[in-house]
Amino acid sequence: MIPAAFAYARPTTVDEALSAIAAGGEDVKIMAGGQSLIPVMRLRLAAPETVVDLTKVTELRGVREDGDSLVIGSMTTHSDILRDPLIARYGKLIAEATETVADPAVRHRGTFGGALAHADPAGDLPAVALALDAEFVIAGPGGARRSVPAAAFFVDYLTTALEDGELLVEIRVPKLGEGWGVRYEKFNRVAQAWSIVAVAAAVRREGSTIAEARIGLTNMGSTPLRATAVEQALVGADVSLETVTAAAAQAAEGTEPSSDLNAQADYRQHLARVLTGRAVRAAAGL
Amino acid sequence: MTQINVRVDGASYVDDVEPRTLLVHYLREQLGKVGTVVGCDTSNCGACTVHLDGESVKSCTVLAVQADGSEVTTIEGIADGATLHPMQKAFHEQHGLQCGYCTPGMIMASIDLLKNNPNPSEHEIREGIEGNLCRCTGYVNIVRAVQQAAGEMSSTTTGAQA
Ligand SMILES: Cc1cc2nc3c(=O)[nH]c(=O)nc-3n(C[C@H](O)[C@H](O)[C@H](O)COP(=O)(O)OP(=O)(O)OC[C@H]3O[C@@H](n4cnc5c(N)ncnc54)[C@H](O)[C@@H]3O)c2cc1C
Ligand code: FES
Ligand code: FES
Repeated sequence: MIPAAFAYARPTTVDEALSAIAAGGEDVKIMAGGQSLIPVMRLRLAAPETVVDLTKVTELRGVREDGDSLVIGSMTTHSDILRDPLIARYGKLIAEATETVADPAVRHRGTFGGALAHADPAGDLPAVALALDAEFVIAGPGGARRSVPAAAFFVDYLTTALEDGELLVEIRVPKLGEGWGVRYEKFNRVAQAWSIVAVAAAVRREGSTIAEARIGLTNMGSTPLRATAVEQALVGADVSLETVTAAAAQAAEGTEPSSDLNAQADYRQHLARVLTGRAVRAAAGL
Repeated sequence: MTQINVRVDGASYVDDVEPRTLLVHYLREQLGKVGTVVGCDTSNCGACTVHLDGESVKSCTVLAVQADGSEVTTIEGIADGATLHPMQKAFHEQHGLQCGYCTPGMIMASIDLLKNNPNPSEHEIREGIEGNLCRCTGYVNIVRAVQQAAGEMSSTTTGAQA
């Protein structure tokens, strides 16, 4: 099928993009890589009046470092992420999750910011951003900027803190260097499929003790979730199979996953426990 | 209508397109490049895969206006006159197709794979073409074809460098 007709704007700077969004009428859609938006427009599940295409806004693309943070431009594609030396050094959890997203052709166009703004609970990057306590830098009408922590960014199913007229500019995440181990464990059944459940784990060891643990859950509710009970059980614990297994048993606490064609809710909760165990064992080097 | 400037398979075009025109429809209907096909409505099948500035993309999931200023290569642009591209030749020789519907996209995805990884393992080939579905072959001969092409293409490059 073919999308319904729309007016098209192709800005080259963030300021031009904000003006185009402001001038676009009632129903404006921002297009990043288009890998989620074009399919829904083709099916006419979305029929925006105006599309503002960010492809040529080059200032939004790329990864840089700022002190202890990595700053990822919203238009950085999934393949840019997988080739980036700073990500390879300090952002391995992001790289591991990105590798599982879709297929190479979709990764050439789809973007880090687009995947987060889309906020699909089955998407692989939201849980990673949440586990890392990412900060979302958002530009609004007139160019004013605000920063939203990941815990407040993901509001509901396909819904974020982004307001009409706003644009996601960049995402800041802490560098995870020396001492950190990471793992993204994704469960799906066929090629290029979304996660039925997935778990993002980052663990920092000090000798034989776990000093810090960050665990994000994909597709265990209408938004990504933190496995807080597991994190609390791990911090200060010995790195051993027993402690990790006991902690992972709490991974489904407080989750309300959906039931659908792929899995029933109780099976998703079972998967969350199993995958958390695997992810934490790998991240802790067990 | 929006004016676009594109190079497709080595020729330059200046055309007016509606912003909603998908790249695959521009290629097929405006340029007559019907070698690139549409196989689904969900961006899953990969039959429509072409190269946009040297990288594989699903041309049903790119707007024609987004190709403005870019270079597009389709299955129709990879042979050298009457000489097939080594990947085309390998699909032919290894029987990497039955009905042939997935083949244009399979070949474009496989060329992209070898560009990034000239000597892929069987597992890497299967991952590299995971965005392309074949309902006929069971993939075994497709994987063999990519292996054959990898062998031929790396030996010609080494030859050229020597
Ligand atoms: C076949 C297929 C398989 C896939 N499999 C997976 C998978 O396994 N895991 C996974 O995580 N994803 C998967 N995806 C989705 C993929 O990750 C997309 O890249 C991503 O969801 C959307 O990114 P995009 O850049 O294409 O955004 P777009 O499609 O352009 O935009 C998505 C949404 O975000 C909004 N948006 C985009 N950028 C901004 C911005 N800067 N500011 C404000 N709003 C913005 C848009 O308005 C739109 O609503 C798949 C997609 C396809 C086609
Ligand atoms: S036609 Fe199926 S992915 Fe493009
Ligand atoms: S040969 Fe028929 S779909 Fe692949």
